[in-house]
Amino acid sequence: MIIDYEVLKLIWWVLVGVLFIGFAVTDGMDMGVGTLLPFLGKGDDERRVIINTVGPHWDGNQVWLITAGGAIFAAWPLVYATAFSGFYFAMLLALFALFFRPVGFDYRSKIQNKTWRSAWDWGLFIGGAVPALVFGIAFGNLLQGVPFHLDELLRPYYTGSFFGLLNPFALLAGLISLGMLTMHGAIWLQLRTGEPIATRAKHWAKIVGLATIAAFALAGIWLTLGVDGFKVVSMPPLDAIPNPLTKEVVVDPYGWLTNYRQYPWTLLFPILGFAGLGLAILLSMRDRAGLGLIMSGLGITGIIMTAGAAMFPFIMPSSSNPNSSLIAWDATSSHLTLTVMFWAAVIFIPIILIYTTWTYAKMWRRVTVEEIQAQDTLAY
Amino acid sequence: MLDSAMVELSRWQFAITAMYHFLFVPLTLGLSWMLVIMESVYVMTGRQIYKDMTKFWGKLFGINFALGVTTGLTMEFQFGTNWAYYSHYVGDVFGAPLAIEGLMAFFLESTFIGLFFLGWERLTKRQHLAVTFLVAVGSSLSAMWILIANGWMQHPVGSEFSFETMRMEMVSFTEVLFNPVAQVKFVHTVAAGYVTAAMFVAGISAYYMLKGRDLAFAKRSFSVAMGFGLASILSVILLGDESGYEVGDVQKVKLAAIEAEWHTEPAPAAFTAFGLPSNEDEETHDAIKIPWLMGLIATRSLNQEVTGLKELMVDHEIRIRSGMIAYEYLQRLRTGQDTEGNRAMFKDHMDDLGYGLLLKAYIDNPAEATEEQIQMAVKDSIPEVAPLFWTFRVMVAAGFWMLLLFVLGFYYNAKRQVQDKRWLLRAFLFSIPVPWIAAETGWFVAEFGRQPWAIGEVLPTSVAASSLAANDLVISLSAFIIFYTLLFLIEMYLMFKFGRQGPSSLHTGKYHFEKQQASKTETDATGAGAPSASAPASRHLGDGS
Repeated sequence: MIIDYEVLKLIWWVLVGVLFIGFAVTDGMDMGVGTLLPFLGKGDDERRVIINTVGPHWDGNQVWLITAGGAIFAAWPLVYATAFSGFYFAMLLALFALFFRPVGFDYRSKIQNKTWRSAWDWGLFIGGAVPALVFGIAFGNLLQGVPFHLDELLRPYYTGSFFGLLNPFALLAGLISLGMLTMHGAIWLQLRTGEPIATRAKHWAKIVGLATIAAFALAGIWLTLGVDGFKVVSMPPLDAIPNPLTKEVVVDPYGWLTNYRQYPWTLLFPILGFAGLGLAILLSMRDRAGLGLIMSGLGITGIIMTAGAAMFPFIMPSSSNPNSSLIAWDATSSHLTLTVMFWAAVIFIPIILIYTTWTYAKMWRRVTVEEIQAQDTLAY
Repeated sequence: MLDSAMVELSRWQFAITAMYHFLFVPLTLGLSWMLVIMESVYVMTGRQIYKDMTKFWGKLFGINFALGVTTGLTMEFQFGTNWAYYSHYVGDVFGAPLAIEGLMAFFLESTFIGLFFLGWERLTKRQHLAVTFLVAVGSSLSAMWILIANGWMQHPVGSEFSFETMRMEMVSFTEVLFNPVAQVKFVHTVAAGYVTAAMFVAGISAYYMLKGRDLAFAKRSFSVAMGFGLASILSVILLGDESGYEVGDVQKVKLAAIEAEWHTEPAPAAFTAFGLPSNEDEETHDAIKIPWLMGLIATRSLNQEVTGLKELMVDHEIRIRSGMIAYEYLQRLRTGQDTEGNRAMFKDHMDDLGYGLLLKAYIDNPAEATEEQIQMAVKDSIPEVAPLFWTFRVMVAAGFWMLLLFVLGFYYNAKRQVQDKRWLLRAFLFSIPVPWIAAETGWFVAEFGRQPWAIGEVLPTSVAASSLAANDLVISLSAFIIFYTLLFLIEMYLMFKFGRQGPSSLHTGKYHFEKQQASKTETDATGAGAPSASAPASRHLGDGS
């Protein structure tokens, strides 16, 4: 079956979003758990309880991130090239932080030594908190536009600096990302651990959740009043052969509100963000952590889609040379590649969801200190 | 023009991180299948010792796997961070197998690995075996997609350059998929991984036998390794030969460089067993040659020639000059002079565009290159010969050494005498690093032999890098070296610790060190699988740690 090129371009914008949301809702949760580990777990047994709630799943969950990266490489090669090389040290920071996870999970409990275990606990903290922060900061920079341009042969040049990425708005975006994932992780722990960890997790879910809602609201106001958006003034037809140098883009102070004005139904995304997080807090307080987890997942989805819908069709706007901006219509792969990848995604994503669900079902229980002590040699 | 120091450092960084990653990959590929074999025996016979084997070797598997995942992340990030122009130029083709790898293979492997370690109590026997099996399938499939991507770098089929998008674009997915180089590479690489695991298990089991402890456990593990290892080493060598044939067919430069064949010789060509190749003098000093052999290996005939490097360079010079014309017309097309005539001229020379880009190392606009610059680019068009010549021979020697070990090991194991052949057990123990040497030198040959290309004859490495500063690379490369060294030390510490402990680390109470601890009380374990043979001999020999 042949799908129109412009439709496929749109589908891939959605699919990359799906992969990122998949990552945030699953592995983002594990990162939240890692972030909370040193604060929620008193003593070694409690920490092992916390680690073992995500122990069987974090590795599979991480593949959402890896696949999202691979999908950007294949579907938006120029975005992959420009963003990864432009954000060089930020990307490496996230990467080095991610190093702590596989080894942290697997090596931590293999040695009976306090210093060893405590070191890996902080490693897991870094592996959870730092990438969550960095990915949010990256998003915050995309929203403000990134200083880069493309030359005639489409080689990207980044002209900003690493510290330029750490501007106030981007840091706020980073905190939102860290906050929503930490809250999600807290509700997960409330659901999957026994006392006293569950009560502590409930407490954290409330505080972090409220802070995230406040930060999200602040970012919304800031974005409306203080952050310039971008607007495509002219460009080739949507199904044209992709060439990012053939369009005209201008800075527009209200550019990020255009979609919300033109398609008011997109306002459902920020509403979903607020409502999801709000309901998650309420449900968590009433000890309905299962439903609460679904709500926080929806809240995270809403927040990510809020940013996506504001920017569409922009993926990576250029602040220094707006015409070089990368958008969903002209930064894509060829028709054939998008088609092949589309079918791969259509076939495999449902299969992945099925077996992932099976693994969660098989491992579902409240992890307790007694269980950890009983199975000393097997558990993480 | 990119800063050549930055390009050089980017190459070092990629080489170091890729070769480091491949310290962990082969063991994962092979050991996962050996776990499937051990666990299948457990499920079929119900004998506890096979479950213990699965768990113990699974423990070592996990220590290795963690670093495989860690270092694999780097590989994915690095194409974008350090090879941005590469990512843009070939993402349309190269990205697809990587993304499909994630969806089809890596998800599978990673989702079930957690259940392999933590699901023993929560899954039925058969379910757990299925989980182990899916991990093995996932890791081998993963290797397949990665090697399809790598095969395309070596031999870029199924794609075409588009001047409008300024990149390579896929024109046939099936051609990319069934790239002959990729197929041969896949089997050769995966089988090499199986050999690695077999050597690993055999070497450590040999250590237990030498120490005279946990003999039942060690002998059974050794047997599994012998069967699996012998079959695998035979496939590696046969497929390696197939690989040589394939290389001779499509990567003539690599073959000539591996063999240090500077001039085309009359067929069938001789094989240089020893020599000191020099790119400067364009000849091999003190060569010792075996008549006919290379012609037979590379062409499988007595009358086909193997083209020499000098003759290939003559051809490269022609293609560089043609590439200059291609670049000239590419510029015209990209600056709005999109006429029939310009298109036709570009099309005529398009296949040589990559050769034109070789000049980018010396001049921004290759169309204006001087005669001197063209000669420098011609010199660049072949890789450094000496390192290839030697690493290839090290790889082959390692392969045949392991073949010898597995044949002997298989023979004495079948005759049930292996326990008494202490020289052979020692040889296995001290040969544990050999498969890694073979795998690393093999990859060195494949990748260094591809130079000066990132994508064979399409995109030079010197053009493929990101627009970074040399300083950026100094920082990141130092960070990688520090981190990776620390991780390596930690990993080796754990491997040695658990390797020495052996199955006692499972805390079943049945194995050597725990029996020693349990004073003189005979702690007889459950049923048939208990290692009864270990008792008398181990007393005076066995204290490992």
